[in-house]
Amino acid sequence: MSLIEIKHLWKTYGANVVLENLSLSIEAGEFCTLVGPSGCGKSTFLRMLLGEESPSKGVFLFEGKPFPKEPSVERGIVFQRYSLFSHLTVLENVMLGIELGESRFLGKLFGSAKKRAKQEATAMLEAVGLGDVLHQYPSALSGGMQQRLSIAQSLVKKPKLLLLDEPFGALDPGIRADMHALILDLWKKNNLTVVMVTHDLHEGFYLGTRLLVFDKVRNDPQAPNAFGAKITYDIPLSRETVKEEK
Amino acid sequence: MKRLINHRPSRANALWMGVLPFILIGILYLFASHARLAENPDDKLLPSFSQIVQTMEKSALTPSKRSGEILFLQDTLSSLSRLGLGVLISALLGLALGIPLGLIPLVRSGLSPFVAAFSMVPPIAILPILFIVFGMGEVAKVALIVIGVTPLIVRDLQQRVEEFSREQLIKAQTLGASTWTLVIRIILPQMLPRLLDSVRLTLGTAWIFLISAEAIAATEGLGYRIFLVRRYLAMDLILPYVVWITLLAFLADFLLKKFTCKLFPWYDTKERA
Repeated sequence: MSLIEIKHLWKTYGANVVLENLSLSIEAGEFCTLVGPSGCGKSTFLRMLLGEESPSKGVFLFEGKPFPKEPSVERGIVFQRYSLFSHLTVLENVMLGIELGESRFLGKLFGSAKKRAKQEATAMLEAVGLGDVLHQYPSALSGGMQQRLSIAQSLVKKPKLLLLDEPFGALDPGIRADMHALILDLWKKNNLTVVMVTHDLHEGFYLGTRLLVFDKVRNDPQAPNAFGAKITYDIPLSRETVKEEK
Repeated sequence: MKRLINHRPSRANALWMGVLPFILIGILYLFASHARLAENPDDKLLPSFSQIVQTMEKSALTPSKRSGEILFLQDTLSSLSRLGLGVLISALLGLALGIPLGLIPLVRSGLSPFVAAFSMVPPIAILPILFIVFGMGEVAKVALIVIGVTPLIVRDLQQRVEEFSREQLIKAQTLGASTWTLVIRIILPQMLPRLLDSVRLTLGTAWIFLISAEAIAATEGLGYRIFLVRRYLAMDLILPYVVWITLLAFLADFLLKKFTCKLFPWYDTKERA
């Protein structure tokens, strides 16, 4: 069974067709990168995977069951920005996920349970290279460090699917290369399944095991919204071929 | 020649320029008062500084012969406790209403029009109703402040919660937050400093309602005293009282600001993470 199973999926807003007739399945362990021009519906697609939006028509299954209609712990997300909790320190930002899972009513742990959560969060933060800034507030971190934190926040929940919404788009090139190495390392070590939206074609080729290109195939100049985007290319990639090309 | 907008004063100059208007208005008052008193030594409109000090000492700072209490102190304490209680209740109501209104669409649909309409009721216009319902005691005065200030805080807080970052809301849900834990772990802690900001900005309004209520029915309080001695044109008491009220308002504002910085060190860094 595939982790994600999509058959004849449509997404429309009134007369606006955003995605038309998408069929696709994603296996556990894949690293899918989504590229395409702006406004082609790749972000809408990601929001549907996240549970923020639901499809208008079609089959949309997660582990063989219909997708949950709201965000849930199975699917982690890293946005480009603004997803850190500014009132919590770096360590508390990562502990939060553990605390929310274990303490249903207060969302806060005490005593030995808190100590355990602290250790787990610290280990996670060391794995993403934030071991030295545990007690700082997110606003004191650089852009790259903030994204490291955001990734750590999600990974501590061990999501079955990790969604990345242009996570490195706001970073400068040197930092971005570091982040690429980090995410590949985490993907390998934790057996993650990743779906990542990116603007950067090179990034898409470099990171993914599979590249999906979203684009509108048909276009009616009289009615620009009458046709939606499809997956125009579905390219399996292996790390070796990419490295040879470079 | 640099443009005007690019001229910045040094620290010392800025301080000096800030103090200057206060000194100017003091000097202006001195001259005007002197001129009027020269013409008519019994003039009550612009008393001299020595007259003001004398009156304050006699009627406000020495224990009253009747009750043995220091009027000035008593007025200040009763006004501040009414103001404090009113603002505290308003802030709590603001949290209890503003957060659900901003966060939960079902609550917003049900209550938002009502809150919007209710906040349009001019509080002073229903002051008589408050006196009828709650009597002439403390409750009516506190209630006026609450009714006047709460809608402002509720709407401000609702706005803040509605503006809350979508990314944080979704992230929290993917980390396993329920609506309740989302509120107590994420929304509430981030709204507290904003609540204090909101309280600070509505303090001026709260003072207006306090003084109005005291002017109409009270037996002590800063507003009561001012309106009482108005009958005798006692500017030598009214003026220092007004200055004192201004000073208290300024202090409350200043302390709230300091308190917010101290308690929420992550706040005020303008950039959102």
